[in-house]
This record gives sequence, C-alpha cells and structure tokens, in this order.
Amino acid sequence: MIRDITIGQYYPADSVIHRLDPRVKLMGTIVFLISLFLFDHFVGYIIATLFLGCAIKMSKVPLKFMVKGLKAIFMLLAISVVFNLLLTDGVVVFQIWKIKVTQEGIRMAVFMAIRLVYLILGSSLMTLTTTPNDLTDGMEKAMSPLRKLRVPVHEISMMMSIALRFIPILLEETDKIMKAQQARGADFESGNLIRRAKSMIPILVPLFISAFRRANDLAMAMEARCYRGGEGRTKMKPLQYRKRDYITYGIYIGYLLAVVGVNLAWQRWM
Amino acid sequence: MGIIKIKQLVHDYLKHDEEGNIEGSSRAINKVSLEVEKGQFIAILGHNGSGKSTLAKHLNVILMPTEGSVWVNGKDTSEEKNLWEIRQSAGMVFQNPDNQIIGTVVEEDVGFGPENMGIPTEKIWQRVDKALRSVNMIAYRHHSPNKLSGGQKQRVAIAGVVAMRPQCIILDEPTAMLDPLGRKEVIETVRELNEKENVTVILITHYMEEVIYSDRVFVMDKGEIVLQGSPKEVFSQVERLKQYRLDVPQVTELAYELKKAGVELSDGILTTKELLDELKKQWMDRVKKENSR
Repeated sequence: MIRDITIGQYYPADSVIHRLDPRVKLMGTIVFLISLFLFDHFVGYIIATLFLGCAIKMSKVPLKFMVKGLKAIFMLLAISVVFNLLLTDGVVVFQIWKIKVTQEGIRMAVFMAIRLVYLILGSSLMTLTTTPNDLTDGMEKAMSPLRKLRVPVHEISMMMSIALRFIPILLEETDKIMKAQQARGADFESGNLIRRAKSMIPILVPLFISAFRRANDLAMAMEARCYRGGEGRTKMKPLQYRKRDYITYGIYIGYLLAVVGVNLAWQRWM
Repeated sequence: MGIIKIKQLVHDYLKHDEEGNIEGSSRAINKVSLEVEKGQFIAILGHNGSGKSTLAKHLNVILMPTEGSVWVNGKDTSEEKNLWEIRQSAGMVFQNPDNQIIGTVVEEDVGFGPENMGIPTEKIWQRVDKALRSVNMIAYRHHSPNKLSGGQKQRVAIAGVVAMRPQCIILDEPTAMLDPLGRKEVIETVRELNEKENVTVILITHYMEEVIYSDRVFVMDKGEIVLQGSPKEVFSQVERLKQYRLDVPQVTELAYELKKAGVELSDGILTTKELLDELKKQWMDRVKKENSR
C-alpha cells in the first residue's frame, strides 16, 4: 500500500509540462481545483476531462502510474460515494427496505467521485512533473511578498523541499521496520481498528528515532556545505517566465471562461 | 605551513543531565598534533570510538576545540569570521549517503554548495558539469538520488563537495555502508581526484585495503595518535595493529604469518603482486641453487 502513494513523487520525463515554470503549474493546479467546484453539470465535466486529459497526455507521465496513486484514497472515495448515494433526497429510483436510492443521489455520487479523482489527479500531475526543488522555488517566489510581513518564506520552502525529498526514504524505512517486526511475529492485519492502531506503535517509535537521527545528519551535512539560510544565496535554476508560460496562462483563462460560460449558459437555457 | 595543521588538540564531549546542567565530560581527542601538506592523500585509521570522526569534524568547524588549535589553509577554526571560508576550503563527505543528499535531482544536489556560496548562475552550471564529470556521474545528472546505488550516491555527495572547489576533502568513513563494488567505486574516485586535480584527501576509514595507496597513515586509539608513517611502515607492525583492534590487509597478514613460519620476506607487504614477486624470486633462487649443486 505504501508504495502506491504517488503524491509528492517526481516522474522524470522530457515534456512541455515538465519544462513549464513551476509558478505556472502551481497556478494551473489551483485554477483546475477551483474550476471543479464551479460547475454542476456534465458539460463542465467534459471540459474538465478534456483539459486534464490533454495535460496528462502532454506530460508523458503514463496514466497507469497516475491511477496507482488513487488507490490510497480509495476508502475515502468509497465512503463519500456511499453517503451521497444513500442520503440525498429526491426522486426515488429504487428502494430496499428503508434505504432509498434517488436520481439526485446517483448524480451527486458520480459527480463527487469524479471531483475527488480529478482533485488527486490534478495535484499529483503537478508534483509528478515538477521537481520538488522547482516546486518549492515556485512557492518561494510566489510567496515572496509575504517576506515583508516577516514570514520566513525561504525557511518554509526549504523545509518543504527537504520533507518531500525524505518522503520516499521514510516510506521505505517504514516498510523495512514493518517487515522486521512481522518477521518477529508482529501482527498488523488482524483485529479491530483500535488494536491495529495500537500495533502501529512499535513501528512509529523506531521510525521517529531514525527520522531525528537523519535530521541531525542532514543538518550537519548542510552546514558543512556552507548553508546559512536564504541570505546571499544564488540560484542554480532561477525562475524566468518564457513565451510558453504566458501562453499557458492564456489557456487557463480560456479554460475558466469556458467552464463558467458553459455552466451559465446551461442554467439559463436548459 | 601545510594545508592543515593541528596543534595539541583536545576535545571533550559534555554530558548533560535532564535540566541541561553539565554532568560530566568524556575526552574524545587527547592532545593530537598533526600536519598535512597540500596534495597529500592521508588516511586515518581507528577502531570505533577512537576519536577519528571527532577529529574530522574539527576540520570542518562542526566542532570547536576544547583546548589547542586547528588551522585549515592558514585560518584558525576558533575564529568565527573564518567559518565559511574554512567550510568552503575543506569539504566534508559523511558516512550515510542518504542523509547528506539534499537535492531531489542529482545535479540540483551538486549545485547546493555553490548556491550557498552565492556563485552566479552560469558559473554554478560550469562547476556542476565539471564536478559530475570528475566523479563519472554526468550520465545520471537528471536522475533522482533515490534510484541510485550506494556507491553512486556517495559519488554524488563527493561531486557536491567538489563543486565547491575545496582544496581539501575530508571523507568520514564514506564506504562504511556500501557493498564491495560501491567501496571500490568511491575509493577509485577519490584517488583520481587526488591524482588529477591535486586535491588533498583525508580519508577516515576502518577498511585496511583502502589505506594502502595513501601517502601517510595515522592510527588513532582512545583519542590519541598511536602510530603514523607510510602504509608500509604502519602495516609492518602487525602485532601492534592487532593490539588496537585493527586488522591488516589479508596479504599483509599472510606475509606476516609466512615470515613467522620461516619464509624470508620483507616487512609490510601490501599487495598480492608484491608478495607474488617476492615468493617467485625466492623460488627462482632456490631452483638456481639446486641446479648449481
């Protein structure tokens, strides 16, 4: 299960999307996520699907790889679908004992599922095509006005990029610890939820200890390489808008207008 | 004056109780003095807890002397204003390859040091290119460090230090967590840097095989330098090394045992070839003797 989490991983490939400025991708993701909640009709979903589909196609990230990331939210997805399906009032389609399934319920469930899936796909597309360094660079640059309010922008972005770098390492370590405990007879799979949660303690304790040890090592290695905060630091890859970035911003505006426009039109005439 | 000069260095680790008061101290380094010339390949050997890693941390100003002093490139490490210059001129590679790679792409990690030093963007790229080439990792520049082998990761870490253009590289047990192949890769890379770029290398290790090519070996035990000299000189003292819980290279040990059993061999044989040559020579001598009889 652990290896299925693809959020925060980078998929190296040479594509237009990979080469876009991270600020553009950040903006794009936000635009896409907001757009998902702007419409409530299937035409909107068609446009969103086209938009996302094109982006994925252009990114050269295999769809299979992205779908794998969805496994992690399967439970959440299932719960929200079931609740929407059963608890929405409206025209009854069929009824078993006291449980009613309505037309509106089906609609809501399907739309909710699509929204959730798109949310995950949209945001993981950004992290898959942007190196964490680029991503945090983008955020640092985008948030830099906040520095005037004494927000430690550089430190936050550094912390994020290190966290992202260590996610796969710590996941691997968790896996290793789990296997080591299982080899000694630990049981993580049976029992109720509380018991299973309790059985995680022998995993978390060594994991935390090793994470602190790693943090200590890393801090030393960073200092040894002259790290002294954001002051006086230059960039190996400074962010610079290019023509393709402006074009992409244009596409976003077009996309938003299309989504909102179609939705309004649908509401008025249908 | 050499690139590194250590004079009567003492380091105490302080123990704190739960309230943060000092409870006691343990001495990790006791009056160590040594000097390293530019361009040398130095090896520091020692068993666990012999103080060799502590010594290394002094060269990079991660630790400060309790007593005595350390000069790197003519600069005193106890003066705050020298800190960044020293860290730039004496780069450090640590034991665990995972815990010292900061970037998520190989080239970004190599660029981390130069970025911190405030070097202009184009120059960073030149340095990264050159550093990656010098450790033969240029083909992996766009890879994620997580997908590399231990030896490759360690070479990236070395490149990260090389990109800062240090005069001296200190490697603190860089091969302790690697498999034999990775060990060979790393040591070859380090030797190449020493020979081609004339970088001073200080290699801290407990693998004897890595030491035989060095110019000078220091053996540490209980915080003191107990033995020093060329590899030949040091390894000819097999008994003493064993006393410090250190092994000698397999060939040296074999030669030593043969000698004890009565075969006439010279002291401190370090490579298989040396031993073979000597044995062959003796064999030929004996054959000659028998023929002339």
